[in-house]
Amino acid sequence: MPNYEGLLAETVTFEGDGGDVINAYLARPLGPGPYPGVIVVHHMPGWDEATKEITRRFAHHGYVAVMPNLHYREAPDSTPDDAAAISRSAGGVSDDRFIGDAEGAARYLGRLPYYSGSTGIIGFCSGGRQTYLAAGRMKTINAAVDCWGGRVIAKPEELTEKQPVAPIDYTPNITVPLLGIFGQDDSSPSPEQVNATEVELKKHGVNYVFHRYEGAGHGFFASDRPSYRPVQAKEAWGEVFKFFGANL
Amino acid sequence: MCTWIIEKAEMEGSAKGPNGWFKLAQANVYYDHPYDAPMDHALVIDFVKNPNKPEGRVAIEISAESARRLIGSIQTALETGEREHSLG
Repeated sequence: MPNYEGLLAETVTFEGDGGDVINAYLARPLGPGPYPGVIVVHHMPGWDEATKEITRRFAHHGYVAVMPNLHYREAPDSTPDDAAAISRSAGGVSDDRFIGDAEGAARYLGRLPYYSGSTGIIGFCSGGRQTYLAAGRMKTINAAVDCWGGRVIAKPEELTEKQPVAPIDYTPNITVPLLGIFGQDDSSPSPEQVNATEVELKKHGVNYVFHRYEGAGHGFFASDRPSYRPVQAKEAWGEVFKFFGANL
Repeated sequence: MCTWIIEKAEMEGSAKGPNGWFKLAQANVYYDHPYDAPMDHALVIDFVKNPNKPEGRVAIEISAESARRLIGSIQTALETGEREHSLG
């Protein structure tokens, strides 16, 4: 059947940071592959419906996408919003634990028979910050997309025990292509912070592309919030798929 | 953006969730992206029994304007109540 389409989405488990078993949302096309992998990094509200929809979107476009539940340990049997609330109360997900969980997701993709062998990572909001961090710290990814990650550049007083190093400090270690998607009306990251990040990327010879969208602020992909900007979101999604298509 | 910024207030009293009343320990307050309310940002209050466990949580996600109205209502209710009951 030439025009047949199908995908499967389900909860899976694998070993994340420290060997802890965590759960993740996996979406993949129904076919033999090979499909490139995409690790989807959710925003602070957690393992929510909107980010699961994004994960399925990648499957629809021919990727095997996995979204680790970064708050799983806080409340394994509870709802994503309760888990996110506990995680926030405890100071959030540590950067080291995030990297360990993302490495677990990469290892999991590597075991799938329909996986092509290359993996991208994309994150939104706090997940955008974590994606920038992953670009500098992970050796198991091939391309990274930071969607409006705030605090990539951090003041000393913004660093915490769990987030002790500003992601910008890992810029010299970035060896994978990086795509950045930003709204010009955003305040975190502000256009000035995006410009300052770009200066660092240039300084260290990173292969990067930044797209800045006028008339859009923070989180402009979110179709269930007033921040949604359909025209800019459609164009930016096109850039995401073009970028992963070229680099995975 | 999504931040980890949070204000915590010790609570004395009770809250009612889907499993009935529970003894309240803390209120966690933050202004960030909500989980359910269709807003870019919301003032969220998590009234919790135990900050480290999921059982016993009553949450609200309201607009900044609603939050300011709530602050005013709480102040007024406290002042009126304390005056009426001669507690002030």
